Amino acid sequence: MSDFVLENAPPSRTSRGRVRAFDAAVLALLILALWQAIGSWTQGVAVSPPLQTLVYLFGLLRTWMFWDHAAATLTAFLVAFALSALIGLALGLIFGIRRFAGEVAEPILAGFYTIPKVTLYPVVLLVFGLGMSAKIAFGVMHGLVPMTLFTLGAVRNLPPVLIRTAKVLRLSPGRTMLWVLIPACMPEIVNGLRISFSLSLLGVLIGEMFSSQRGLGFLLVNGMAQNNVPLSTAVVTVIVGVSIAANSLMLRLGGRATRRSN
Amino acid sequence: MTRRRAALFVRTAVLAGLVGLLEICCRTGIIDPLTVIPPSDMFASMIDHLRSGELDESIVNTFSTILLAFVLAVGGGTLAGALVHRSPRLRDVADPLLASYYSVPTFIFYPLLVALLGLGKAPLVVLGVLSAAPAVMISTLSGLDGVSPVLLKLARVHRLSPARTLWWIVLPAALPRLFSGFKLALSYALIGVIAGEFILSGTGLGYAISFAYQSFDNRAMYGLMLFVLLVAVTANGILYVWEGWLARRRSRG
Repeated sequence: MSDFVLENAPPSRTSRGRVRAFDAAVLALLILALWQAIGSWTQGVAVSPPLQTLVYLFGLLRTWMFWDHAAATLTAFLVAFALSALIGLALGLIFGIRRFAGEVAEPILAGFYTIPKVTLYPVVLLVFGLGMSAKIAFGVMHGLVPMTLFTLGAVRNLPPVLIRTAKVLRLSPGRTMLWVLIPACMPEIVNGLRISFSLSLLGVLIGEMFSSQRGLGFLLVNGMAQNNVPLSTAVVTVIVGVSIAANSLMLRLGGRATRRSN
Repeated sequence: MTRRRAALFVRTAVLAGLVGLLEICCRTGIIDPLTVIPPSDMFASMIDHLRSGELDESIVNTFSTILLAFVLAVGGGTLAGALVHRSPRLRDVADPLLASYYSVPTFIFYPLLVALLGLGKAPLVVLGVLSAAPAVMISTLSGLDGVSPVLLKLARVHRLSPARTLWWIVLPAALPRLFSGFKLALSYALIGVIAGEFILSGTGLGYAISFAYQSFDNRAMYGLMLFVLLVAVTANGILYVWEGWLARRRSRG
């Protein structure tokens, strides 16, 4: 793969890189300009302009109140993400090896992935009560399925020789998973983690936006309700920034895992 | 084929068993009826609410919003994908943008959209398009990438006009990928619109569910919920079967 790229690389790779960096900068400026335009067009009724938001955000970061809400969201999200990742990985491995169970389960999981889960949130609230555990459960409902499906697909597409080798070496099921399956599926697993990360965050945030008293989702809705436009814009900025940063990091890790497995 | 049938059979049995188990648990009081009502009651409630006609307006509202968002997302996403595919420079910019856009929980823009456009159909449509269009764009890009160069050469040999090349060569070749994008777009538009109605809105099925929850009307809530889920599953199921049919026809011809 990499040989191919090197062979066909244009003579001036750095100049292409420079063009790319230039284009990315233009894109960033365009986005900021659009943001500014919306902000000034509505005169700050809906969205506060970038500079004002940034200034407000720095003030916000110094308040205890913000970190309290951020910590609530972060705790719920981390627990939900960890549960999604671990349970999803285990289910995916099991459904991947037990082919028939996988064939039975996959359409059910895929169907669950495509339904509007938000309609089920009242049930989650009735079962878990208002509070942290409902948010976590809702995050897991969003994050679990993609992790399972990605792992399942990866195990299913493994070259059979790997699993046969594990059998020949008489590895126990646990060791087969740890030494053979997980390393071989690493790129797909990282991809699953990436999707699971953003969806469990989405689940937790939606949970907070609907009947909650704490967390960034609550802060956002509350900012709207109190007509505190800089607050809600700042919260959106923080969430977008954090999720893009985490996603880029995981994309990079995924790229490294793919290169290593090749 | 027999294996597929067996899987289908077991799957149906598992689902039916789960519904039956829930029914028994609710009827015997293992699950508090204030938390979950028995599935048969949910179904009865759904039929009652549909018959009474009080939902007609919400149903029309919600589904017209979803349809509008879906059509706009498919049109805009395909167009944008085709445009970006033509220019490698745009592609270099768009690829990382699309990859990180996926990680952003689009839904958090909804309150801003409501403030911007006012409560009503407009912010819901925009939210639906924002969640669905990138999926269409990505699948358009990968569909166009997948058109093999020899087909395009063939079109040149036959001196097809660009419009005919598109209609006779590119579109059929890219269709499977495009279709999977459309399938995702439908479910994302549906999720976006209903979630928006649920959190902050004055009309629609999502709003009706959240209203029933807030007024402690569990029976209505579960009936409506069942209806929305059944519609979602049916719509996605139709596209799923249709996709399989297209794939089979393709492999035959």
